[in-house]
Amino acid sequence: MAFAAPSFFTLANQRDVLMANMPVLIAALGMTLIVLTGQIDISIGSQFAICSVAAGLAAKSGLPLPAVALAVLLSGALLGAINGALVAWARIPSIVVTLAAMVALRDALRWATQGAWVQELPRSFQWLGLTLSAFQMVTAGIAAILFAGAAWGLRNMPAGRAVYAVGSNENTARLAGIDAARVTFWAFTAAGALTACAALLNSARFNQIPSNAGLGMELRVIAAVVVGGTAIRGGRGTVVGTLLGVILLGAIGPALTFLGISAYWEKAIQGAIILMAVATEAWPSQARTWEDGLVRDYN
Amino acid sequence: MSTLLLRATGITKTFAGVRALHAASFDLEPWEVHALVGENGAGKSTLIRIITGAETPDAGLLQVEGRVVTDHRPKVSKSLGIAAIYQQPALFPDLSVAENIALALETGGLVARHEGTWRKVDWRARNQRARELLEQVGAAIDPDRPASSLSLPEQQLVEISKAIGAKARILIMDEPTASLTESEVERLFRLIAAFRAEGRGIVYISHRLEEIFSIADRITVLRDGETVGTQYKNQITKEEVIRQMAGRELSAAFPKPRVPVGEIALEVRRLSNKRAGLSHISLHVRCGEILGLAGLLGAGRTELAETIFGLTPADSGEVLVRGKPVRIASPSQAIGYGIGYVPEDRRRHGVVIEMPIASNVSLASLRAVAPAGLIDRKAERELALRYMGQLRIRAESVQSSAGTLSGGNQQKVALARWLATGPAVLILNEPAQGVDVASKQEIHKLMVDLAGRGMAIVMISSELPEIIAMSDRIVVMRAGRIRGELSNHVSNQETTPEKILSLALGHE
Repeated sequence: MAFAAPSFFTLANQRDVLMANMPVLIAALGMTLIVLTGQIDISIGSQFAICSVAAGLAAKSGLPLPAVALAVLLSGALLGAINGALVAWARIPSIVVTLAAMVALRDALRWATQGAWVQELPRSFQWLGLTLSAFQMVTAGIAAILFAGAAWGLRNMPAGRAVYAVGSNENTARLAGIDAARVTFWAFTAAGALTACAALLNSARFNQIPSNAGLGMELRVIAAVVVGGTAIRGGRGTVVGTLLGVILLGAIGPALTFLGISAYWEKAIQGAIILMAVATEAWPSQARTWEDGLVRDYN
Repeated sequence: MSTLLLRATGITKTFAGVRALHAASFDLEPWEVHALVGENGAGKSTLIRIITGAETPDAGLLQVEGRVVTDHRPKVSKSLGIAAIYQQPALFPDLSVAENIALALETGGLVARHEGTWRKVDWRARNQRARELLEQVGAAIDPDRPASSLSLPEQQLVEISKAIGAKARILIMDEPTASLTESEVERLFRLIAAFRAEGRGIVYISHRLEEIFSIADRITVLRDGETVGTQYKNQITKEEVIRQMAGRELSAAFPKPRVPVGEIALEVRRLSNKRAGLSHISLHVRCGEILGLAGLLGAGRTELAETIFGLTPADSGEVLVRGKPVRIASPSQAIGYGIGYVPEDRRRHGVVIEMPIASNVSLASLRAVAPAGLIDRKAERELALRYMGQLRIRAESVQSSAGTLSGGNQQKVALARWLATGPAVLILNEPAQGVDVASKQEIHKLMVDLAGRGMAIVMISSELPEIIAMSDRIVVMRAGRIRGELSNHVSNQETTPEKILSLALGHE
């Protein structure tokens, strides 16, 4: 790659790749939390769409920017909380809950908007009323803060430890006094708010908001988390891995363009990388179950 | 003498630089029960894994009925008539008993290939076959029941049926009695005797020396991957076996607690929990006292512990901590009231195997190592180091993941977690189940020390000698109720295994 297209590695290009993927990164931070607790949320594309449209409508209604941001974050948190409550307390498998949510939210939005895009956004909304480069700085800054906060919190806060404990062994976590349901609920809620944040920053990049925003986003986000080495069964993984996953998957498309390869290959290569990631995860874990028989014996 | 069923000579196996077996030898005759003993880490499981084809030895010779085994695969081992029954039965929980048995007989290339993978399943034949096999092992189990509905002893019987159905001549039983009550053990022993009488050979692995001396013909001791020796049962004493296992002198008896008993630390009055099948439980435990909770499997002992601990909150009744009535609706509340609970089945409930020892130890006392809402890694490390030293947890470092530890050490990690919460009352569920002799003694000694320092201990145990030796008082449960209480002073000879059993069984 470095030889074939050296300009790919220029700073400007790297920045473009990173900027385009900021929303994915922010949403993927939330997904990392959910996957670490041993759950999954496939409705975040729909959540993203609702939050995007909500951001546009709030901005058009003339609310000041902080109020718009707050409203969007709260609506994202609420959507996440509904999923979280159904998984945590109603004990419905997360794949079922969020599959239903994915369809229901998407169709509700389609019905509400009649497929119309949000247009004629106030000038103060685009780029959050900043210049393009200032807006990019702000976006990157927010993403960096959220990333650092998630990395640091997972490592250093009891709540972070609880996330890993619940994902690794819910029984033991419960016996140790950790309220596993609450941990699950808050992971979904936090992920909802993060998705909303991603939607807000993404909407501000353009002057109109499509009502089908975030279509297929759940795939990109979950793929980034898995490629980043987070165990799909929970309990193991880091947000640093997720960051690398986002960068790797996000770089494929632009890299192909630079190499002059048809963009149709992007999905195929993405798929291959995901398959590899899951396979390498499956191998050591299989080794571990083999070891289970041994550990008693060769300490 | 007829040909040996099994002969392993000079078996050596190394895992990632760790020597699990070093020139170990073992043999098995027909019409024999041959016990294999050794501390955890001695190499028993590795030897079994090699015999069953799960591992390939680095060096050494394995012969089955005189033929040298060159192809080390589970399939080959199975076709040679070797079957293993593990401590934790490995049934498919969502399939019926008949299907589980059928799968064991049909897969692995034994039948499937030529009968065809796509042919229609002959359900009647399957059920019939399962019924016959279950009858043969004396199990009254409906073959249509899903495996998940079976109790542990029933699952074990299904495993044995599978082995018999596969026409195994060599049966390997790894800690088969670990979760059985005395009567179930007796039934198993009758079965083993019957197999021996048919000319089969049984490799019997257990930590319970009483059992070994009652059932085995020969005893082989493994230590640090080497065979220390093989003797006929009547040529060796228990003390000698323990000495060989440990490589050092150890007293075979449990330490006997002698501690002054203080005020009542925990009392429950007429506690009922319909969902858990408990009704009107009243009991108390005093500071410095070890209360034994005896009963058969399913008597409601674990359910009682979980109810007191807030995992399955009670419907009615009172709980008093130091005389004050409290309401415990969750484990975190129980921890707040100074109650600790070390569950049975450490792999499922005790430790988080992915997590390092340090995180496992601090898991129930995160607030203590995170005073300002942040985990103080140094404090956490020190906490773990302290307990690693105190409980003599053998591991490379506090960062080693709990999954790499032996059973005894995992149990100590689970114990450390609860000691770190500084409990006034500690409920221990089968604290020494399936751990090696040395760890068991260390755990018992620790319990005595803790009681000596004023902790109130409730010990659930299915092992009668353990419960009699350790407890100041014994409460016996049956079918969700308390059926009797026995005081257990040294001067008092009223407490006998027979007495406990008759209360537990309900024909006093």
